[in-house]
Amino acid sequence: MSGNAALGEAAVLSGCSCYFGYPITPQNELTEYMAKRMNELGRVFIQSESEIAAINMVLGASVAGARAMTSSSSPGMSLKQEGISYLAADELPAVIVDMVRGGPGMGNISPAQSDYLQATRGGGHGDYKTIVLAPGSVQELTKVVPLAFDLADRYRNPVVILGDGMLGQMMEPVDFDNVQPPKEYPKDYILTGAKGRPSRMIRSLLFDTKEEEEHNWKLVRKYQRMEQNEVRYETFLTDDAEMIVVAYGIGARIAKGAIKRLRQENLKVGMVRPITAWPFPAAVLQEFARTVHEFFVFEMSAGQLIEDVKLALNGRGHIHFYGRPGGIIPTPVELYRIIGRHYYMASRREQS
Amino acid sequence: MTKVYTRPGTIKEAHFHYCPGCGHGIINRLLMEVIEEMGLREKAICVAPAGCGMLVYNYFDIDTLESAHGRGAAVATGIKRVRPDNLVFSYQGDGDLAAIGTAEGFHAANRGESITVIFVNNGVYGMTGGQMAPTTLTDQVTTTTPDGRNPIIAGYPVRICEVFSMLDGTTYLERVTVNKPAAVAKTKKAIKKAFQCQLDGKGFSLVEILSPCPTNWKMGPIESCRWIDDVMTKQFPLGVVKDIK
Amino acid sequence: MRGVNSSMKGMISIDPERCKGCALCIEFCPKKSIVISDRLNMKGYFIATFVDGKECTGCATCAVMCPEVAIEVMKT
Repeated sequence: MSGNAALGEAAVLSGCSCYFGYPITPQNELTEYMAKRMNELGRVFIQSESEIAAINMVLGASVAGARAMTSSSSPGMSLKQEGISYLAADELPAVIVDMVRGGPGMGNISPAQSDYLQATRGGGHGDYKTIVLAPGSVQELTKVVPLAFDLADRYRNPVVILGDGMLGQMMEPVDFDNVQPPKEYPKDYILTGAKGRPSRMIRSLLFDTKEEEEHNWKLVRKYQRMEQNEVRYETFLTDDAEMIVVAYGIGARIAKGAIKRLRQENLKVGMVRPITAWPFPAAVLQEFARTVHEFFVFEMSAGQLIEDVKLALNGRGHIHFYGRPGGIIPTPVELYRIIGRHYYMASRREQS
Repeated sequence: MTKVYTRPGTIKEAHFHYCPGCGHGIINRLLMEVIEEMGLREKAICVAPAGCGMLVYNYFDIDTLESAHGRGAAVATGIKRVRPDNLVFSYQGDGDLAAIGTAEGFHAANRGESITVIFVNNGVYGMTGGQMAPTTLTDQVTTTTPDGRNPIIAGYPVRICEVFSMLDGTTYLERVTVNKPAAVAKTKKAIKKAFQCQLDGKGFSLVEILSPCPTNWKMGPIESCRWIDDVMTKQFPLGVVKDIK
Repeated sequence: MRGVNSSMKGMISIDPERCKGCALCIEFCPKKSIVISDRLNMKGYFIATFVDGKECTGCATCAVMCPEVAIEVMKT
């Protein structure tokens, strides 16, 4: 199945009852899959008039109690930022899928990883965070998508699935056997009509600055709970590593290929793959930094993930970077050569 | 003595923040009267805009949600698709619906979403201090058209009802006003009809209400009411624009 | 403020703290029984009041026009 289709099926199995989306390459197969599948199941599908409309429909569906999802790619994600800020402010669950492509501006339709900062810092206004999950394979989508819906409901917060064009389009075998039935969360905040209870209002305008401040700190406390409980990552050949690659999503798959080649030549390279880009697995990098001095950041961008790595390492170790923006997909061989070169330069530096 | 008129039970105790003579006050009251009389308090969900009307959630004793500026029709769509048995309506001003929210309003109308849009047209941006709205009249002075609206550079006033009437998805569109007792009675009827249209599953309804804004028109309340009759209705004719049975 | 007249058909009460003195009730009262008083409320508005001795038919036109929902109307 293609990543886009598998994502759609995983969403359906996660209890997604509303999908709103606008066509944009490279995620159209997801929108089209949902058009067919949601109709089959009698659930809600709307091809909206824009990405702005779609995120606002998600907000409406969420406030009415539904598990709602929208998907887009980089330029469309820019349009959704306002809506995401409102979802975060209103404390509403939602899942937003971003299949990143070359940018900025119109860019191209080739896979890229140049929206890491937009996703993790939040491109909308205000102090808010969204959990950002970065799956790296079609099979991993069957874990990440249900997790996204679960975390969204659990924390009453929007969750971003940060994919890319390659993940969406690649065809891999996938099974959904391990997808658990969705967990029900009590929703005492949704709008259903004020029957047998006082009326509810959901709003983010707080003229009283004290109230607004308190609301912000409440959100911060929630984000701190996310940071404590929801960090997810994978390590690969790190036990004896002298250089650790940091990469996510498709970047991590390319890096894995490069690392396997490097290991064949006895270069001790390993990898930490963040699965949550936010909350970022800073603690595990800090732990490695006690014994490892070389870190190699790889991303299909001009350099965004590297900021989180620098923050995490806080001056310890040397950080190398290789990136290719604009939709270029480096091969494992290309990456293997670059990492190898940096590895040798680093060992020579250590010897002298 | 029996009470002939009393505050609707669907209105909260808070004092309105609107300016003296503002049409929002009358329209808010009418909406809550209708919801009370039609027994809809437990069904109604209102999507509030950005603008002077954004604080309706402090006055309406029904479930309400504040939407981002202009997005009300898309948000209402999401709510109604999940809860088709509820009465879902958006409350939008002329900036909210006719400027930033035109795409969302147009397409909700085009899809024939079973929602009601209450469109308050006072020809200016009230809350932000009286700037030009898409519905500002030619030659009308506002803070961003200090020499009067020049259509060559600023475009012409938009007639939303007429534009939406071209869409096959719309069912009931009427333009009314609240500048005198007979007009207020007609507005109340139109709101009832629009809500009934939704409850009967007949599709998209919109009531456009010409509303006085004394502060930004720089007139007194009574003069504002007269101005609606003398000037505004020439550009925005009152009456039923579309009514598909 | 209440109108007091034992033979009247109707009576209104205007909430003095809600009234903003917009005078729409005054403009449309068919009996011209409401005026702007010289009484200031907490918001700083000169409020509308029913004139003692004037007629009220309980038509509720004032309440229909009031943007503050400040008026209640009673009828015999």
